[in-house]
Amino acid sequence: MFTYYLQLGMRSLRRNPILTALMVVGIGLGIAASMTTLTVMHLMGSDPIPWKSDKLHYVQLDNWSADEAYYDDGRPPDQVTYRDAVALMEAGKADKQAAMFKLALPFQPDNKDLKPFRALGRVTYTDFFGMFEPPFRYGAPWSKAQDAAHERVIVLGKDLNEKLFGGQDSVGKSVRMDDIDYTVVGVLDDWNLRSRYYDLTNGPFEDPDEFFMPFTTAIDLKQRSTGNNSCWKSPGDGWDSYLDSDCVWMQMWVQLDSPQRLAEYASFLDSYVGEQKKLGRFPRPLNNRLLDVNEWIADQEVVSSDVQVQTGLAFAFLIVCLVNTVGLLLAKFTRKSGEIGLRRALGASRRDVFSQFLIESGVVGLSGGILGLALTGLGLLGVRSLYSSLKTVTQLDWTMIGVTIALAVVSAILAGLYPTWRACRVQPAAQLKI
Amino acid sequence: MLKMTHLQKVYQTHLIETHALRDFSIHVREGEFVAVTGPSGSGKTTFLNIAGLLEEFTGGEYLLDGVDVSGLNDNARSKLRNEKIGFIFQSFNLIPDLNLFDNVDVPLRYRGFAAADRKKRIEESLTRVGLSSRMKHYPSELSGGQQQRVAIARALAGSPRLLLADEPTGNLDSLMARGVLELLEEINRQGTTIVMVTHDPELAARAQRNVHVIDGQVTDFDDVPRLREAHSGGGSHASEDRFASASNSQ
Repeated sequence: MFTYYLQLGMRSLRRNPILTALMVVGIGLGIAASMTTLTVMHLMGSDPIPWKSDKLHYVQLDNWSADEAYYDDGRPPDQVTYRDAVALMEAGKADKQAAMFKLALPFQPDNKDLKPFRALGRVTYTDFFGMFEPPFRYGAPWSKAQDAAHERVIVLGKDLNEKLFGGQDSVGKSVRMDDIDYTVVGVLDDWNLRSRYYDLTNGPFEDPDEFFMPFTTAIDLKQRSTGNNSCWKSPGDGWDSYLDSDCVWMQMWVQLDSPQRLAEYASFLDSYVGEQKKLGRFPRPLNNRLLDVNEWIADQEVVSSDVQVQTGLAFAFLIVCLVNTVGLLLAKFTRKSGEIGLRRALGASRRDVFSQFLIESGVVGLSGGILGLALTGLGLLGVRSLYSSLKTVTQLDWTMIGVTIALAVVSAILAGLYPTWRACRVQPAAQLKI
Repeated sequence: MLKMTHLQKVYQTHLIETHALRDFSIHVREGEFVAVTGPSGSGKTTFLNIAGLLEEFTGGEYLLDGVDVSGLNDNARSKLRNEKIGFIFQSFNLIPDLNLFDNVDVPLRYRGFAAADRKKRIEESLTRVGLSSRMKHYPSELSGGQQQRVAIARALAGSPRLLLADEPTGNLDSLMARGVLELLEEINRQGTTIVMVTHDPELAARAQRNVHVIDGQVTDFDDVPRLREAHSGGGSHASEDRFASASNSQ
């Protein structure tokens, strides 16, 4: 009977095209408003690396002032100091580990047609590539030996390689940055990151990193981060004082492949801070944190309260559209009282009528969902044109396409419940003169 | 086939109590063709609604094909209605956006017949009423007489044992009316019980038995055979001719 009711539902849509259009447009608009904001919210907060997000942990150590917490709620600083990052890297207690910071450098292309330009990149260790798994088009990451040897090597992002080498395999070639030559060891392929989750401190939706270079090399060259830098006391003068200071400017990630390894690493951090306290650092109570990727995204409120409010308002709009649909379905089903009475006389039970009209509501919802999907696409294009930084979270994936259709159908069925119940209550004898 | 004993139907509002049927008793035997007559407001329609399980009664007993219908839930009443009863309405009540095939298909869908069985029954029913060539036509493309024949085909498709008809010729001209009536007579001759409400004494006279309803109570007529003779008067062949010509003309 489901197929039969489906056919009747489709036929009914054609019977009253104006009424149908009003309902479909109403649901389509409500769905589009809801799904546009929900898609942005979903993609902002979704797990960027689901196969290992529970293994990657962000390290936070509370080296802040005894007099004042970094955050009012007592959370430790978002970044770590150079000396702590290096100490943790040298200890090597995690399965993989990568300290990192953001860096902008001027490129001086060999190609005379290109003017020098500034590019944003990332200073890190080779484990970064194994932890966050960017795809390589050419070559490979630099090695641990090259990390240790402070070699002047570089991994280029796809766009930068396109710009410098026309997209050709540039491995082994040289690029010049800030008057220093670096050898290309690898070129990334498209890396579709929804958010740059490994560096939320410097903006989750910033442009992707254009190059990667070894941490040790950058420190040798006294490159300061172009990202956030926070100090609770003066770092003193000179590069070495800065490195030795309690200023936080680095992100520290570790990969811990099992809960046991996580517990061991947490214990190690406690020991490390305990040792540092003996040296007069870390005046605050022990306050280390190891958050996995999703916990870190939630902690950093990547899904802002603005987006949540907008999503709430959009769903309120959907409810208004559904209330309108209730009225229209009521009118539509009331006009069909004669047919309902006839079907009852011909053997339809109340349950049959209920099923038929609920499925008809679902067909209206399906049509509204298809329209809503198209309008959601337009809505996301609009958001992208207004906020270019959100381009990675303004794309419809298969999950959201499914959710859009399902939401439309379920919404319409909910809207159809009352009119359908009314349709079931139609007294056939009152509708028919037999 | 249909037995009502001391049936009561009271419509009650806060202020008024209306007795639509009072101490209403009738027994329609299998294979009978019964005409129900009576003035407007006498209770004919209420009787047919209750007989068709479209309305509940407030007292008495109703046995349909031996089944006591009081206390049946909606599903059971719907199933019984679908299996035992065919309806013929004065205003045909075809669904305008379904073609003839799909209109006749409606009761069969609720019966749960397989597709092949439904198709066979629909084709047989439409053939029986002379409309097999118009299965894909829509009601609006047919004359009133043809629409009523489609309604009869729909009523017959499920092989019901009881046909309930309310003024089946009320919206037809006399030529078409005669054709429809002769079709009903033929259906009755093949064993289907028919209960027909009518205001038309000529139509009533064609039934085997008349039941006259006044103020919600029944009076049986005994002189129907005489009336029938008076109306038929050897005219059955003429009627058939007229039906045939009505069919051809449509």
